[in-house]
Amino acid sequence: MVICVASGKGGTGKTTVATNLAAVLGEKAQYLDCDVEEPNGHIFLKPQYEHREKVYVPVPQVDLNKCDFCKKCAEFCQFNALAVLGKNVLVFPELCHSCGGCMLICPKEAITETGREVGVCEKGRALLGVEFVHGHLRIGEAQAVPLIERIKKEIKPDKTAIVDAPPGTSCPVIATLKGVDFVVLVTEPTPFGLHDLKLAVGVARILNLPMGVVINRADLGDEKVFTYCEEEGIPVLMTIPFSRSIAESYAKGKLIIGEEKWRDEFLKLFQKIREIIGG
Amino acid sequence: MKELVIISGKGGTGKTTLTASFAALAKNKVLADTDVDAPDLHLILSPAIKHEEPFKGGHYAVIRQEDCTACGTCRELCRFEAISEDFKVNPIDCEGCGVCVHFCPVKAIDFPQRVCGKWFISETRFGPMVHAQLDIAQENSGLLATLVRQQAKILAEDKNLELILVDGPPGIGCPVIASITGATCVLIVAEPTPSGMHDLERVWQLARGHFGIPCLACVNKYDLNPEMAEKIEQFCQQNEIKLVGKIPFDPKVTEAVVNGKAIVEYDTETASIVASMWEEVYNYLEKI
Repeated sequence: MVICVASGKGGTGKTTVATNLAAVLGEKAQYLDCDVEEPNGHIFLKPQYEHREKVYVPVPQVDLNKCDFCKKCAEFCQFNALAVLGKNVLVFPELCHSCGGCMLICPKEAITETGREVGVCEKGRALLGVEFVHGHLRIGEAQAVPLIERIKKEIKPDKTAIVDAPPGTSCPVIATLKGVDFVVLVTEPTPFGLHDLKLAVGVARILNLPMGVVINRADLGDEKVFTYCEEEGIPVLMTIPFSRSIAESYAKGKLIIGEEKWRDEFLKLFQKIREIIGG
Repeated sequence: MKELVIISGKGGTGKTTLTASFAALAKNKVLADTDVDAPDLHLILSPAIKHEEPFKGGHYAVIRQEDCTACGTCRELCRFEAISEDFKVNPIDCEGCGVCVHFCPVKAIDFPQRVCGKWFISETRFGPMVHAQLDIAQENSGLLATLVRQQAKILAEDKNLELILVDGPPGIGCPVIASITGATCVLIVAEPTPSGMHDLERVWQLARGHFGIPCLACVNKYDLNPEMAEKIEQFCQQNEIKLVGKIPFDPKVTEAVVNGKAIVEYDTETASIVASMWEEVYNYLEKI
């Protein structure tokens, strides 16, 4: 089973929900942090890394001895990643989407592929026996999707995979959500939280995924998020009040399931999700 | 003309609430929201839309079923697994590279341009604003962020305004890169948590290390963790990031957001802290 924790708006508590949900399941769980731009799960789950690898995407390299500067590659590329200037071909690897089109189109077979590093993927075992996977996008790298896809390859079918999504609603979020079994949308009861929740619900609906909502800092704000969920028939699976003790746990990098109340709450959250997926 | 971009790395640290306050305080400026996939600044500024245009991003492939011979070439060549066994292109998976279009032996694939969202020029109580909304599950947020900045610049030139104030997106990827390249200065809003610290470092590496853009920083809700706030201050000192202020946790800020107001429209201590922060930022911008 793959459960993705997403939000639309950033900073609503995705990582708090995802890490505590994984931890409460212990050895049965796998936690995968797909927020590769700003991964934070490791701060709370404290993994011991056993494996680290650089992740590359293919980008073209041009053999100028074979190239006759016909410009077909540059004309073909939708992303302006190649330019032919006189007797030279410039490649802009950061613009390349790795479609392989230039290589296929080159009449002189002058183009081969080399790797561009997009980031690092790390794996290990974290607190309470949770299997841990995350990635760090290389600073300056624009495309998060290939690294997210690499992380998701680590999903094990015999585990309950908890996937921590990046904020927003565009490509990295779509790449994270594709193929998961359930989406937990974490929001807060403010106009920002509600607005971005609506966008995230739109994404989940386009991908045809069952979903539920967790409302964080539930007592700071207004009622509109609750009303919205009721009107849309989206179950509110859990509410978390604003509390100094939770804020302090977070500030110290601690899990909140250390408290028995929250351990029970997160187990209940998991039960509810299982019931929804089950039938 | 100066351009200040407010970013954070981590989401939800208070970029938009702060931008809204700066919008109220700054004079002679254009406002812009480049968090195009989850824009929120309009919720405070309630813009009246004066001009609206569709945003056309890249292209996408569409197979004409009546002409398709089901030869399988497109499925074989597509690296994005966007073509189903019955030869339909899933627009969500299609990267718009055009490989299938070009190599289809019977030329049965069309390649129309995608409408990925909308962008707007609006009027607000604090001045003109350029903003956008990427359609749900669309690509090219970087391109749209760039477009919003270009339009804001044109507007500023037309109206002879000195400053562009940009509410940026979270993260360090494509939309952030598109939002900060070539900007005069960025202001990083950090929160005093281990996540906030971690993300501040990464976004600073991007802005300063990778692009050489001068960085300012502020700590939001600093009193929730004074120890970590202290660490952020030290980090800023060591790395020549000018700390322009520390904002306390104040439930009034949430109340202001719920009422569609900037905190500086309230008479609170936080409002005066934010006001003096803006003065620091303004003076810094003047000197660059």
